[in-house]
Amino acid sequence: MDDETPRFLDCGESALSVEFGDSVDPAVNARVLALDERLRAAPPAGLCETTPTYRALFLRYEPLAISRAALVAAIEGLIGTAGVEASQPSARWTFPCCYDPEFAEDIGEAAALLGQTAQSLAQLHAGADYRAYMYGFAPGWCYLGGLPQALAIPRRATPRGPTPQGGALIGGALSLIAASPMPTGWYVVGRTPERMFALDRNPPFLVAPGDAVRFEPIDAKTFLSLDARALAGEIVARRETLL
Amino acid sequence: MSARLLIEAAGPGVTIQDEGRFGHSRYGVTPAGPMDLGAYLAATRAAGADCAIEVSLGGTTLRAEGATLCIAVAGGDFDIRLEGRPMPPACLLPLTEEARLVLRAGASGAWCYVAVGGTLNLAPTLGSRATHARSGLGPKPLAAGDALMLAVAAPPPLEPLALAAPWLAASGAPIRLLLGPQADYFAPEEIEAFLNASWRIGARSDRMAYRLEGPAIRHLRGHDIVSDGVAMGAIQIPGDGAPLALMADRQPTGGYPKIATIIGADLGRLAQLRPGEDLSFRAVDWDEAVAARRAYFAAIEAGATRGPLGAEMTTESLLAENLVGGVVNARD
Repeated sequence: MDDETPRFLDCGESALSVEFGDSVDPAVNARVLALDERLRAAPPAGLCETTPTYRALFLRYEPLAISRAALVAAIEGLIGTAGVEASQPSARWTFPCCYDPEFAEDIGEAAALLGQTAQSLAQLHAGADYRAYMYGFAPGWCYLGGLPQALAIPRRATPRGPTPQGGALIGGALSLIAASPMPTGWYVVGRTPERMFALDRNPPFLVAPGDAVRFEPIDAKTFLSLDARALAGEIVARRETLL
Repeated sequence: MSARLLIEAAGPGVTIQDEGRFGHSRYGVTPAGPMDLGAYLAATRAAGADCAIEVSLGGTTLRAEGATLCIAVAGGDFDIRLEGRPMPPACLLPLTEEARLVLRAGASGAWCYVAVGGTLNLAPTLGSRATHARSGLGPKPLAAGDALMLAVAAPPPLEPLALAAPWLAASGAPIRLLLGPQADYFAPEEIEAFLNASWRIGARSDRMAYRLEGPAIRHLRGHDIVSDGVAMGAIQIPGDGAPLALMADRQPTGGYPKIATIIGADLGRLAQLRPGEDLSFRAVDWDEAVAARRAYFAAIEAGATRGPLGAEMTTESLLAENLVGGVVNARD
């Protein structure tokens, strides 16, 4: 879908999907996030919540307060002003990440499948610039675009056991930071001591959809020391504001 | 002793729910909330409560301590007994100290709500007390031995009263839905087959999804989509063609095409169906869905009518009237 006009798809009478494309694509995702920013800055009465995903913005609304037609008109008005300019990341996060096989449980297996060594895989993964496309699956599970082509890997046919908390995963053409132990079809190629989601911390979630993300390799000893600090509530990832 | 409600017994899937954990879906947080919002609101509004115990077919036994509690019950047609005395399926009652309130699966319905008038001492998580067992957010599912403390207990009624909440009546009318968001992933004849089929609720149905047993629905062009947002009531068709109606504990995003979405006014009716029960669908347009929503919430706003326990209030009579109404509606 190359035209500028998104599709408006009903998800029942009280939710609408504003679909900008049908692929995982940075330009499409930037348009999703641009509309999300504008709607959050000035939400029309009756709009309850927005959920950005790769290629669509999911809107929950109260149709007894705003009609579908009025909501669509409001969005079209916003896209009119937002159409040319895509959303830019407002912050960059640098996550310490340990690629030691002790913490990167699947790095050997993934490297073999990709014709890489564990070292070259780690270098490629840590050398890339990612963008947080969306969260999904479970709280704090953050999907990252920008995985180097050489690390694109088909997902497992059968899921592996629960991921470690903070696992840096690869699957398809994406990377992902896992926030909790869950079975997954992805490969665990690293682990960050940072908590993507901590209820007793303010804020509970760190990365906003659209933020830039990098990984910084650390050794096992550093992982353990940062993990203890993160467990105590410290934020061990670095955040820079981008202008 | 301060007032509290003791959980003497609880089957699996008995949880605390409020209207849901909203505002965090962008971080992957499932709203959870009640399976049957209309029944939840009937109970919480009658009791004056801001959350409720959602009782599954596993049932529960409750006892008050420290005060006589104001309790409202509403939901499916459960077997409800106060000190052994049968109560109507929706009721407002005083639970005196040491008296037992027992809820068991009854003639029909899958979920029932018990609201305690007043304020429970339950700290919210991300702004909500709703239990989402899979992510561990909110209170743990209730188990025998748990106690819910009340910060404030509302005054109980003098005697048990029946609640008449017409929007809760069971009905065999088709469940209404809006096609989409991915109806274009299915050929017109597959959509026809989906709408014309008789479906049965599958055995492995839970708060996350209801499985629909019937004909396999074939995709026109593959079953993988780029993951997008998922509404409660979305009917997802995975690779095997067996539809799943995604319910309160669904994941916030999903990667299978969603052929249709159940309208808000009929979500509770779907939720109250049990494994093995049959249903059919009817497609409506946005205007009809919103008209149904308006009528549904207007009835809820008007509230349940209180009356004495009596023959005129039996489930059978209410059910009979509404079954007739349902048949008429189904053929119009």
